[in-house]
Amino acid sequence: MKYLKLKATTFLIAATLASPLAAQEAGGRLDIVVQPEPPGLMLGLVQNGPTQMVAGDIYESLLRYDSDLNPMPSLAKSWEISDDGLTYTFKLQEGVIWHDGKPFSADDVVFSADVFLRETHARLRASLAYVESITAPDPLTVVFKLKEPFGPFINAFENGTMPIVPKHIYEGTDFANNPANATPIGTGPFKFDEWVKGSHIHLVKNEDYYIDGLPHLDEVFYRVIPDAAARAVAFETGDVDVLPGGSVENWDVPRLAEMDGVCITEKGWEFVAPLAWMWLNNREGPTANVKFRQAVMYAMDREFMQQVVWNGFGKVATGPIASSTNFYSDDVTIYDHNPEKAKELLAEMGYDGEPIRILPLPYGETWQRWAEAVRQNLSEVGINAEIDSADVAGWNEKTSQWDYDLAFTYLYQYGDPALGVSRNYTADRIKKGSPWNNVEGYNNPELDKKWAAAATMVTPEERNSAYADIQKEIVDDVPVAWMQELTFPTIYRCNVKDLVTTAIGVNDGPRNAWIEK
Amino acid sequence: MWKRFRSNMGAMVGVALLIAVIVIAVIAPMLFPHGPWQMVQRPFLPPMSVDGLPLGTDTLGRNVAAQLAYGARVSLLVGLVSTLVALLIGVPLGALAGFYGGYVDEGAMRFTEFFQTIPNFALAIVLVAIFEPNLTSITVAIAIVSWPPVARLVRAEVMSIRTREFVDAARLAGLSKPHILIRQVLPNTVSPIIVMASLMVATAILLESSLSFLGLGDPNSMSWGYMIGAARTVIRTSWWLSFFPGIAIVITVLALNLIGEGLNDAFNPHLSRKGKA
Repeated sequence: MKYLKLKATTFLIAATLASPLAAQEAGGRLDIVVQPEPPGLMLGLVQNGPTQMVAGDIYESLLRYDSDLNPMPSLAKSWEISDDGLTYTFKLQEGVIWHDGKPFSADDVVFSADVFLRETHARLRASLAYVESITAPDPLTVVFKLKEPFGPFINAFENGTMPIVPKHIYEGTDFANNPANATPIGTGPFKFDEWVKGSHIHLVKNEDYYIDGLPHLDEVFYRVIPDAAARAVAFETGDVDVLPGGSVENWDVPRLAEMDGVCITEKGWEFVAPLAWMWLNNREGPTANVKFRQAVMYAMDREFMQQVVWNGFGKVATGPIASSTNFYSDDVTIYDHNPEKAKELLAEMGYDGEPIRILPLPYGETWQRWAEAVRQNLSEVGINAEIDSADVAGWNEKTSQWDYDLAFTYLYQYGDPALGVSRNYTADRIKKGSPWNNVEGYNNPELDKKWAAAATMVTPEERNSAYADIQKEIVDDVPVAWMQELTFPTIYRCNVKDLVTTAIGVNDGPRNAWIEK
Repeated sequence: MWKRFRSNMGAMVGVALLIAVIVIAVIAPMLFPHGPWQMVQRPFLPPMSVDGLPLGTDTLGRNVAAQLAYGARVSLLVGLVSTLVALLIGVPLGALAGFYGGYVDEGAMRFTEFFQTIPNFALAIVLVAIFEPNLTSITVAIAIVSWPPVARLVRAEVMSIRTREFVDAARLAGLSKPHILIRQVLPNTVSPIIVMASLMVATAILLESSLSFLGLGDPNSMSWGYMIGAARTVIRTSWWLSFFPGIAIVITVLALNLIGEGLNDAFNPHLSRKGKA
């Protein structure tokens, strides 16, 4: 069972690197596509996808996570959680130095979490609200004391969530305008070398990395290629070695994957676990009626959409929590493709053919085709649906002003329902003007209480049954139409080994990657 | 005149092709009662591989033949309506400018130039993007970018005709200026306008296809440009998805051009003979 992996009782993991080092060959260069070009590389300031991918090699956090979301050592060598779930003690690695040669210590961790990121990182700030104090009793120990138990806290030490930044560079400065942001200094396996805007970002091996033998690669190039077809060609011609998830259109994936010496993996998305759904406007129109919302679920052939629109990648969603996220439960009402049932529900509610609009996500062909498939399925059960068109700005405007009936979206889950799931269903996250969180306007005070209680329960067993209960209830209410768990396959040359080994995939992949000659 | 037109082989081929396209557009709902969006089979089926799907299926398993037939409706509709709207703007403006001259002419022509200095297609993209893509906004946008040549053509015609003797005669007979313009001058400009209009329909169809190709089409109506745009990413694996709508556009635009050419020759036998010599 999932929760067993997250035992919050005392446990220690020695900083062993399980993989045998002997077989791995040192040297070589890796060319990875980055799409789009990141707005900056200072991970403490910018956390969008491309930044996390590139800066994930430069900066490090206390923990890494395997594909089952079990924590692994990173800057922290070992850690301990007290029985009451209130004290997290981390022992740090010895001999770590920053890329500029200055030594790293527990003070840097306290500064990063307590000062820097508290100011710059909204998502981490929400978790830090549970923290009473962060202290460094000695240079190799950091202690987080919590006000109340917060189970998901163990997932807050991921690199995109809590990157450790150098205190000696940022203390007392204007973080956002510090000139050092252009030449990021971290503790990671690769150092920043140069960034030619519009062309590439060049990272070189950190010779002083605190783990002997790592990294294997000499250098990593992140290549900026703005057009999807051109990225595919660059991979075909051998110009790049790795196409991270989402860099080519889904239709191109099978063709590239069939090439000689090309491997493909769907792993590496477990931490963020993107889940796609359609917001159903709970406030007005037919979608305000729960029977209509259930009819939408029964009308859709989501199996077909997953097979055809997404070329078989991903997995049909059963409810609000993705199956790779902790506390997932499949003991819920399953909405299979059942047009008859949908018609019955529509007849029961007395649907009068009032037209509804479907707002696709303006992220390219796949999403447009997805909306077309949904419209067709809905029209087959007699729902009068039309596709609304909007560019990115228009999509933001329409969803944040609640001017839609059905709107596609997808959001990250960050390993725990309290971090990435409850925010989409609780009434306190309804905010006009924001295209995030509870845009559908679902308001269920009973469930709000349950979500809040589940977040602060001490043992994983308690949380597990609480979330199972929540999932059972919310799936019958259909506040949103859950579509599918998305995976974006990473395509790479098979001679690149150990590239995707963690729950964040390519983001910290080059650390262990090596090239077989 | 009809005789001259009929004797023009090219023009007759054009008429035949256009009639074929119109017939397909009209009977599309009878041929494919479930519409162009229905997912009927496995996706990416090549042409002729499955009975009943002579042109294969697209990325979602939709019938390409049905899409083509319904696409003809949209292309023809947008082409005709936008040309009509463009004529409604261009003809009166050009006629007034040419007939009254002076400040009216100055004003109207500067206004026309204002539109002519902006590249057609760029302006159409901007207009559609502002008004949100749907059939009405696309039609209006195409009309707005295509009326200036009409205005200039009508103005030139009117300017040359108003100095003819029959116009002087009408004036001497005491007819009012608007009456002369509408009853005496304009009817004589009809033939070049008809020729131009037939070519404008072709241009409008191309414009609509280009807009749809760029994803600025009406997401709720199937059009040829949309089909090509959607097939662009799979062109290397599924050629038929962009090939057939491409052929459809070529045929329709060619037909309209042939007709336009034929009409031109028929209206101006003198010019055409010179051209052939």
